[in-house]
Amino acid sequence: MSAAVLVSQRADAWRVLRTVGRWVRRNPITAAGFAIILALIFIALLAPLVAPYGADELDPSNVLAAPSSSHLFGTGNFGEDIFSRVLYGARYDLLIGFGAVAIGLVIGCAIGAFAGFVGGAVDEIWMRIMDMLSAFPGFILAMGIAGALGPSLRNLIVAISLVNVPIYARLMRGSFLVVKRSQYATAAVGVGAPPLRILRWHLLPNTWTPIFVQATLQFGYAILDAAGLSFIGLGVRLPTPEWGVMVSLGIERIVSGEWWVSFFPGLAIAVAVMGFNLVGDGLRDLIDPRRR
Amino acid sequence: MTEPILEVRGLRTAFSSHDGPVPVLDGVDFQVADGEILGLVGESGSGKTITALSVLQLLPAAAQVTGGEILFRGENLLELDRKQMNRVRGADISMIFQNPRGSLNPLYRVEKTLEQVLWTHRRLRGGAARTVAIELLADVGLPDPRSVLRRYPHELSGGMCQRVMIAYALASNPRLLIADEPTTALDVTVQLQIIELLGRLRREHGLTLVLITHNLSVVAELCDRVGVMYLGRIVEQGPVLDIFDAPRHPYTVGLLGSRPTVHVEGDELRAIPGQVPDLRNRPSGCVFHPRCPLVRPVCSERAPARETVAEGHDVECHFWRKVAGLVETGRVA
Repeated sequence: MSAAVLVSQRADAWRVLRTVGRWVRRNPITAAGFAIILALIFIALLAPLVAPYGADELDPSNVLAAPSSSHLFGTGNFGEDIFSRVLYGARYDLLIGFGAVAIGLVIGCAIGAFAGFVGGAVDEIWMRIMDMLSAFPGFILAMGIAGALGPSLRNLIVAISLVNVPIYARLMRGSFLVVKRSQYATAAVGVGAPPLRILRWHLLPNTWTPIFVQATLQFGYAILDAAGLSFIGLGVRLPTPEWGVMVSLGIERIVSGEWWVSFFPGLAIAVAVMGFNLVGDGLRDLIDPRRR
Repeated sequence: MTEPILEVRGLRTAFSSHDGPVPVLDGVDFQVADGEILGLVGESGSGKTITALSVLQLLPAAAQVTGGEILFRGENLLELDRKQMNRVRGADISMIFQNPRGSLNPLYRVEKTLEQVLWTHRRLRGGAARTVAIELLADVGLPDPRSVLRRYPHELSGGMCQRVMIAYALASNPRLLIADEPTTALDVTVQLQIIELLGRLRREHGLTLVLITHNLSVVAELCDRVGVMYLGRIVEQGPVLDIFDAPRHPYTVGLLGSRPTVHVEGDELRAIPGQVPDLRNRPSGCVFHPRCPLVRPVCSERAPARETVAEGHDVECHFWRKVAGLVETGRVA
């Protein structure tokens, strides 16, 4: 490779960096959200390397120790290291969030797209079913589903994703109805494009942006719901280092002064939810020029 | 006249509403011969666009064809099922729309858009599709077609978009092109270029065209025959010169008189009095009678029959002879 190519590549890299830098300066809040999400992902991936102790490593001689240099966030009821468990917890909560959003999105979008594309009675029936689902407060419905299925990681994901289905279904159907009547879709029908091509080329690509924004926002709520369900015993169970479970473990300790058992997992939930919400809001503003 | 390529007979289309169906087209009849350019003119709301959408069955969900026949080379399009109709679209009949930019999907480069039609109708893709696409763009008069291929619709001007749209509609080699107000959204100078382009495509490729417009200059420039639409009926149709020089329907006379022209004496601008009536309250008898300067009691009682006033020139008016007399003596238009 010649020197000139190297130089031009370096110049390209600089240009990219400068663009990113400018974007960060203009959207500091969204950038902060991105930073939080990226950090969480790294923590989840690298937990075994970064964590000073194992998630299930107990030290019965050092129970309920206050935060110190050897146990940054202190230790819990059984002498477990809260800091390590919070780090490991990112794996579970991100997994639940991702699983719930992905399943809810796929099922919801499929229903919404189908209803919007076919229209008529099919549309009416599916959307009334969605109305029925969304008539329940989300968390109560998730509690019902999780309670009926029994507490486990898989059931927790299923419960949260089912609650999210109507959100995506409605959004998708709405976008479909708009794009279906757009002139470029009509023009494509007018030159004989087959219905599936219209769907694939014109409808789907023009409807995914609001879905994407919604999914980012919903990711935060999914984590919140998961922690909530686990907190009341309907989600994952001990000894899984899930943040909600960890909060519930320390809840009776707050009055006796060992606040760190619940506080740090709770902080992790708050930071994660905030990260996704910041990005979701930022994306909505970026994508939708009317909100600028 | 040669065998008609498209023949529309007694076409009726209605919109459904809370108070029952509202007819928009009430028995539209016209023919288009091979290689001919037919203009459909009329005010907004006269049913020109709905006529075009009915032919291709692209009507919005609320509208439905309720009667009549649409014969394309002898075959009634209204009897085809969805799949067969989809084969007619593009392969036999294509359509271009008023808003050229809105007709192109904003997500795709021109190349992708054209590639889709070329694949659907000619099974061309990759390099072969590219070659044909470049030819098509050159054919519709776009300079530097290679660079246009790489652009997105928002990077093109309105006139360029309309040229791309024409290429898009012609890529499938249709026998008939329906152009719905192709110049309305464009600058005056660009309008002229598009009109010249359509004229050249007709000369070079024997394009048959149904041109929907409310611009009478466009009609005079381009069309062989004209149909004048009013409230869902073609009230007069004939060769373009007959319509311009010897109109026989008071509405046609009014339309011609509404063109803003430079008057030597006086400077009044004549317009047809009143407005297009609400479709829900179609006038009885002759639909034009509430606005007609020659109205007589009979006009609201009986719909006029279609009468042939000259070779290929039909009119629906009880008093067309009187109109003829007024036109000949220069008292109107």
